[in-house]
Amino acid sequence: MLVVSVYRYNPEKDSAPFMQEFRVDTKGADLMVLDVLHLVKEQDNTFAYRRSCREGVCGSDGMNMNGKNGLACITPLSEVVTEGKLVIRPLPGLPVIRDLVVDMSLFYKQYERIKPYLLNDTPAPAIERLQAPEDRDKLDGLYECILCACCSTSCPSFWWNPDKFVGPSGLLQAYRFLVDSRDTQTRERLAELDDPFSVFRCRGIMNCVSVCPKGLNPTKAIGHIRDMLVRNAT
Amino acid sequence: MVTNVTNFGRSGLSDWLLQRFSAVVLGLYSVFIVGYMVTSFDGSYAEWSAFFEGTFVRVFTFLSILSIAAHAWIGLWTISTDYIKPTGIRFVFQTVCNLALFTYVVWGVQVLWGA
Repeated sequence: MLVVSVYRYNPEKDSAPFMQEFRVDTKGADLMVLDVLHLVKEQDNTFAYRRSCREGVCGSDGMNMNGKNGLACITPLSEVVTEGKLVIRPLPGLPVIRDLVVDMSLFYKQYERIKPYLLNDTPAPAIERLQAPEDRDKLDGLYECILCACCSTSCPSFWWNPDKFVGPSGLLQAYRFLVDSRDTQTRERLAELDDPFSVFRCRGIMNCVSVCPKGLNPTKAIGHIRDMLVRNAT
Repeated sequence: MVTNVTNFGRSGLSDWLLQRFSAVVLGLYSVFIVGYMVTSFDGSYAEWSAFFEGTFVRVFTFLSILSIAAHAWIGLWTISTDYIKPTGIRFVFQTVCNLALFTYVVWGVQVLWGA
């Protein structure tokens, strides 16, 4: 029997959040955490969480499992469970709507702010804008982000200033467009980031790298953005 | 772009570069002073006073004092914007820090070049 302690909060009924314990029979299998949540929901169908693709592609089921953020659908119990207990909490730092469902508005606002699309002021060619294979290679390790928010919600700088600091996820995407050979607004994009909060609130503690379920490295991308800012301004 | 008026150099990049530069200066100064004390300082006031008569030592010391002031201003400003959310209290905290740092700089000049 696995003891699963889950964060519960229904603002319409509960005056404060609380932890509720369930006993789940895994039949000895090394289930994914998401499967365990299904078994919990079978016991109490008022339990709410987000999920969709259940294979680590959509990024819906980011949550905090035994103290570490990750995607429940691709995290096996053997990776997180210690002493037969699993503690599940919503992503830290974001307002809770209900149980494990968080309000991601600020996270998306920061993503929107970095203009996550190609900006090019040259006339559009008859066919698509071409890119050399070497330039395309620069986007590897950047474009794979699925916006699950595991990184940004594990970042203390994002907890304290979610309205001002872009956060690791947004900055990874900012660099993805800064380094794209087809984008012509590099200077304007850099000027938007040159304040004490947007990029420089990163203190390089690398929580983002430690939790990214896709194995990406936002700290490295932030370092590249700093380099570009220095080269652009000195 | 997030606007600010109370950070050191208005731009995030200049604050960040200055933070790194001042850290290097302070690191070098620490090695310099500790090196002097270990190798040639005999513990007497006359020796200590003579050491600080030298122009190089005075300029290096003053550069270090300015570095401490800039480094601390940027660092404490960052801490205050992370942890102190009410604007009034944050402004008072920043004012007290900056007045203290200004005092240290003036006091440092007085110690180095005063009678």
